[in-house]
Amino acid sequence: MREKLLRWESILLLLCILVFVWGSASTPGFAETDNVSFLLLDYTEVALLALALLPIILTGEIDLSVASVLGFCSALTGVLWDAGMSFETIVPLVLVAGAVLGSLNATLIVRFGLPALAVTIGTLGLYRGLAYVVLGDGAVTGFPDTYRPIATDTIPGTFLPYSTLVVLVLGILVAVVVHYTPIGRSLYAIGLGEQTARFSGIRVQRIKFVLYIVSGILCALASLVYTLRYNSARADNANGLELIAVAAVLLGGVSIFGGKGTVVGVASALLLMAGLRNVLFLNDVTNEIQNVINGLLLIISVLVPVVANLVRRRRSPAAVGIPEPPPQETLPDPVGATAASHATPEEDQR
Amino acid sequence: MIHHRRSGKRALLALTSIGLAATLVAGCGGTTKDNAESGSGSGPNADKVADPDAPIKEGLQIAFLPKEIDNPYENIVDEGGISAVEELKGSGKEVGPSDASASSQVSYINTLVQQNQDAIVIAANDPNAVAPALKEAMDKGIAVVSYDSDAAVDARQVFVNQADSESIGRSQIQMVSEQIGGKGKIAILSATPNATNQNTWIEFMKDELKKPEYSDIELVTTAYGDDDDQKSFQETQALLSSTPDLKAIVSPTTVGIAAAARYISSSPYKGKVVLTGLGTPNQMRQFIKDGTVKEFALWDPEQLGYLAGYAAAALASGQITGKEGEVLKAGELGEREIGKNGEIILGPPTTFNADNIDDFDF
Repeated sequence: MREKLLRWESILLLLCILVFVWGSASTPGFAETDNVSFLLLDYTEVALLALALLPIILTGEIDLSVASVLGFCSALTGVLWDAGMSFETIVPLVLVAGAVLGSLNATLIVRFGLPALAVTIGTLGLYRGLAYVVLGDGAVTGFPDTYRPIATDTIPGTFLPYSTLVVLVLGILVAVVVHYTPIGRSLYAIGLGEQTARFSGIRVQRIKFVLYIVSGILCALASLVYTLRYNSARADNANGLELIAVAAVLLGGVSIFGGKGTVVGVASALLLMAGLRNVLFLNDVTNEIQNVINGLLLIISVLVPVVANLVRRRRSPAAVGIPEPPPQETLPDPVGATAASHATPEEDQR
Repeated sequence: MIHHRRSGKRALLALTSIGLAATLVAGCGGTTKDNAESGSGSGPNADKVADPDAPIKEGLQIAFLPKEIDNPYENIVDEGGISAVEELKGSGKEVGPSDASASSQVSYINTLVQQNQDAIVIAANDPNAVAPALKEAMDKGIAVVSYDSDAAVDARQVFVNQADSESIGRSQIQMVSEQIGGKGKIAILSATPNATNQNTWIEFMKDELKKPEYSDIELVTTAYGDDDDQKSFQETQALLSSTPDLKAIVSPTTVGIAAAARYISSSPYKGKVVLTGLGTPNQMRQFIKDGTVKEFALWDPEQLGYLAGYAAAALASGQITGKEGEVLKAGELGEREIGKNGEIILGPPTTFNADNIDDFDF
């Protein structure tokens, strides 16, 4: 399993390199520091949302409300700023607001045992709607030049935007937690089989609850970056960005069924998508075609592991790695894991 | 379970208190709207001097960036712009996002900067969201022109406006008065009650009606069709049945006038009640041909783009800088003076009737 994962990430990195080499060779203006900064800046918020999503998807859950949390927090930032509140006050308030929205998701999913997909599709609409309630159709601008450079400028003398640095630091933090701590191992365990995880003493509920709160905070952070970057707080900010973030996570080799995936994979996927988008843009490829390409990439990324698994299964059924499959687990491993996690009725714990 | 609930609550409580503490610490003083430096400073072209005799540079690359790539109105504008650029031996292209969200244009602006375009002509989705990117473009010597929907004033050099609200509003009354012989009851069929442009035009229409030559014209009411075809249709019906001696309906919205024309053309009012306003030739052609409508108006989007294309080329060549009082030479449109805040006005709307409607396709 491990080897196969590594292989997918190598493929991604290779594709990344290919895109960047192709871009530099074929497209004037691509390999310039300014352009690399644009390319990174363009994906800052997506990267933050992807970081929020990664641990949640590892546990076999989902959060589709991420971009709406961003939108709400952006609207809130706008209203508070317009009311004359200082930006230093707004930042913590907005982060708390993100945490509150995240904990509402968590309450519905963890406490009431509702399916995360349904809940977060609901809050996707709900939070976006609330954003309009808070700010209306208008836009708030005039954010202070003291803070805007954090979202727009690069570290002097380099191509690296400050905001990318923030993403990098947070990414490393998430990587350490996910890959090198007991909590991280618990995430994989939950994703592979929630009930088994619970029986082995993992506090599934608590971990999930915290993940959604962290997701809310990261989305709030993304909203601050977004609002400052565009110098515009609006209720429709980042509309639809959740799909790109989910796509990046899945393209990164994270299983939508949970239990499988790495931060390096997601980082490579983000870089690949950002680079590809930039090259295509510079070559005047229209948005529609770009969507087609992104869609195909995503389907391929989901398809490849399944097909590889099937092929291997057909070749030697013994080599699949499940020595004595229990009767109900005749499905391929990932699907079995989801079925188990979703079939776990909440009543079991009451 | 109870145990877990508590842990969630505890986490939230901790977060809230951290937030509140931080708020208190940060709350004293800090950067607010009132003391923030949002450095716009001097305009984008404070130090440049225009050279009206400078030749138009050869091989100019000018990009048109509509609100969204599928906006049919702006597509026509951009076609007009591209034809102007080609007339000047440059190359023009149209690029744009597939959704009209606030920030989707920014990536395009950055891309155009990287492509070393000479000028960007933009209909801004959000005047402020595009401003930082446009300013960066201007810093790199790229000319920026806005049309249809303006960007922040300090984020572009010239705004090409279709027509000023005043001349649109007043011309509506002049047009209807001419058609009803300066006498009788009229009604307005507008879009939504809070549409800014509609209300400004209606204000100017009311003001125009105060002039003595219109003293015999009475504005009975203003109905709102919400720019919805069905509702505009029903409102027309209601207007005509509630005011039997209504002479004319003025609908300064393309949706409203088309719906009203459809109702009138199949009703006994056809030929008796005058309908005019702002509409597109393609929507109104059949109603001009069947006699329901005699005359209506709209600015010509192709000319708007043509003017914007010339403005972009002139800016990129140094003929103008966007200062008030400078004169733009705009090919077959003649000359236009740049007004306050770098605004250039296309001129009064074009009037369409049976004689000329077949010359237009939009």
